[in-house]
Amino acid sequence: MTTASSKVEYNYDVVKLFTLATIFWGIVGFSAGIFIALQMVFPDLNIEPYLSFGRLRPVHTSAVIFAFGGNALFATSYFVVQRTCGVRLWSDGLAKFTFWGYQIFIVMAALGYVLGVTQGKEYAEPEWYADIWLTIVWVAYLLVFLMTVIKRKEPHLYVANWFYLAFIITVAVLHLGNGLALPVDAVGAKSYSAFAGVQSAMIQWWYGHNAVGFFLTAGFLGMMYYFVPKQAGRPVYSYRLSIVHFWSLIFIYIWAGPHHLHYTALPDWAQTLGMTFSIMLWMPSWGGMINGVMTLSGAWNKLREDPVLQFMIVSLAFYGMSTFEGPLMSIRYVNALSHYTDWTIGHVHSGALGWVGFISFGALYYLVPHLWGRDRLYSIRLVSVHLWIATLGIVCYIAAMWVSGIMQGMMWRDYNEMGFLKYSFVESVMAMKPFYAIRVLGGLLYLAGALVMVYNFYRTIKGDIRESEPLEVQKQSKNASSDVNNNDMQGAVA
Amino acid sequence: MTDEKKHKKEVDKVTGVETTGHEWDGLKELNNPLPRWWLWVFFICVIWSCWYFVVYPSWPVPGGATEGSSGYTQFKELRESQNEIIARQARYLERFEGASFDDIMNDEELYAFAIAGGSSAFKDNCATCHGTGAAGAKGYPNLNDDDWLWGGKLENIHQTINYGIRADNLDTRVSQMPSFGKDELLKREEIDAVVDYVLSLSGHKKKDSYDLGVKIFQEQCASCHGEKGKGMREFGAPNLTDKIWLYGGDRATVFKTVYYARAGMMPAWGERLDENTIKQLTVYLHQLGGGESDEAVIDEEKVIEHVEPETDTEYSNEHAE
Repeated sequence: MTTASSKVEYNYDVVKLFTLATIFWGIVGFSAGIFIALQMVFPDLNIEPYLSFGRLRPVHTSAVIFAFGGNALFATSYFVVQRTCGVRLWSDGLAKFTFWGYQIFIVMAALGYVLGVTQGKEYAEPEWYADIWLTIVWVAYLLVFLMTVIKRKEPHLYVANWFYLAFIITVAVLHLGNGLALPVDAVGAKSYSAFAGVQSAMIQWWYGHNAVGFFLTAGFLGMMYYFVPKQAGRPVYSYRLSIVHFWSLIFIYIWAGPHHLHYTALPDWAQTLGMTFSIMLWMPSWGGMINGVMTLSGAWNKLREDPVLQFMIVSLAFYGMSTFEGPLMSIRYVNALSHYTDWTIGHVHSGALGWVGFISFGALYYLVPHLWGRDRLYSIRLVSVHLWIATLGIVCYIAAMWVSGIMQGMMWRDYNEMGFLKYSFVESVMAMKPFYAIRVLGGLLYLAGALVMVYNFYRTIKGDIRESEPLEVQKQSKNASSDVNNNDMQGAVA
Repeated sequence: MTDEKKHKKEVDKVTGVETTGHEWDGLKELNNPLPRWWLWVFFICVIWSCWYFVVYPSWPVPGGATEGSSGYTQFKELRESQNEIIARQARYLERFEGASFDDIMNDEELYAFAIAGGSSAFKDNCATCHGTGAAGAKGYPNLNDDDWLWGGKLENIHQTINYGIRADNLDTRVSQMPSFGKDELLKREEIDAVVDYVLSLSGHKKKDSYDLGVKIFQEQCASCHGEKGKGMREFGAPNLTDKIWLYGGDRATVFKTVYYARAGMMPAWGERLDENTIKQLTVYLHQLGGGESDEAVIDEEKVIEHVEPETDTEYSNEHAE
């Protein structure tokens, strides 16, 4: 497909495949989440052994992080690197291999979980055979991305690509480090980690925290840096801020892992380092939010009219909230209350549902009409419907988890004046039940919103346009350049 | 790589800020300075962290790590918070330690201390089987009522908790009901008859086999459950004339009980908890509703005539084997 602004033939086929996979795995991942949330309310839904909570939980986390999030990163990074480097992907064949290779990895991993094959490492559950396969796919990904960057026509490298590259390289390092294991034999699935004891815990959370940092933060910041200015039709707010916050984020994030191991066998000094680096990480994280939100300066009216842009800005708001909450929870004394409680789950989901989910939805709403060559989305109003249902869902979810998490932490530590524990563990579990039910409701709303999006995409790809859409008509008459399908930025910059 | 055309710095009309002159796919960048507040908060976080490095253990050095000026370790913090709790208990423990049950029951403060400690220990140790409200479950007796298997006086309860039931302990409470069916001590129709008889004790309809049932009961069961089926506490043999059933009072379950016998077990908690906690648990359980003050008198006269016979739909020949 050729675009108007350049003669370059971009490879959109592989981007389309990853886009469809993103949507598919999103629905799978959200549904799995709702099912395990229901298991917390109705324990009888634990269908042993294949559909027990312990086996389905990694199915949910891997489906949303690596399948939904990962495919979204593949799709957008391949799209953005081509558009901002002004060249076609370095190798169509290898790019296609990364698509099928990555889907095979996802299926391999999920099948393993359900059958009880696991390394038992959070967010790194796949066993050695799947890990090796992922390594091959990931090296291919790095090659395609890096070689495309190297043969670029543009003299400079756009900021989105820095973030994507940092994401690809660091995830490779993390995966190789934490995945080091010795298989028991060549034909069996079982392996043993190269690390033991507290070293194993430390390596795991160096991996786990930086999976959040480089997969869910740096990668999606790359996405943000392309799609927010595109959708807003405005230049990025500050080049200098993007440089400083990029390097400080990269440098500081990698240290923060030990805050997952407060009050454990991990030495005090390592806990201190993890905590202080998390505090120092606050502003570098917020740099991305400031740059994203301030990009709208001079175009705030667009935020009122364009639900796609609303998705992106709400996602940045959630990003700012959870990157403030994270450093807060890393403080020793706050962590003493929050650790092991649902507060952590609430924190993760304000980042996952709010930031990662919404910025991806925003990018998808931009991408789909663009990739399939449609004038615009089937319905702009349905985007608005999606936005509000999903936002309500997130609010239900995180508010329920905050309340239940803090309540849980308070109940665990509550001693009466005679020096006895006031509550037993099971009483704290019983107290959380209503909040678990509210969480299910939140998840259902979020899924409902995503299904509205799927319908909208189905009609868009089919080539339909919803007649009589006042929102769109008003928008078009007011400002032709803010059309969601307008590829070239015009106007503001003279 | 420098391309002059690409380096055209422009001024953004909306904000009046200069761009960097770069452009990618129509995207440009403004050259705004770092927001001052952002930079200052960042610096403050860094300075605060440096202060924290000095005060707390932080950097690895050869042979260990910097200790920090505060001397903090997480073990110290743990010990401090434990000491605070220990101090709270110590105020009462001193007197509680040597107190007899009589002393505890007659001292408001000690009694309150026992209830608080007992309730806490119960929920952590006993609730798994007996439930948080001590209402029990199938096979685990309800501790709120006065239907005691091994006795409801403070001393009885204390002994049960301390040594357990059928536990791996020399002083544990032991008794064993025979497996009348499995070990072929009784024939099938004899078991059926005695099961129907036992059910008739708690108000179910008498069956034709009633006389055979009475005969078998007196020969085989009365030695432990009493001639009238009122139970005997020295054997932990339950009262069969009330409507309280440990394993269930439907015909199939009672049949299964007679056929295979039952022998629930409880750990000897004296091996796991200290004597103070056992005493607290004893007082706590005693006041739940069923505590007895004298040796329980099994009133042979208070028979169950007032229980209305009911039509029992569960009467079938279906056995739970």
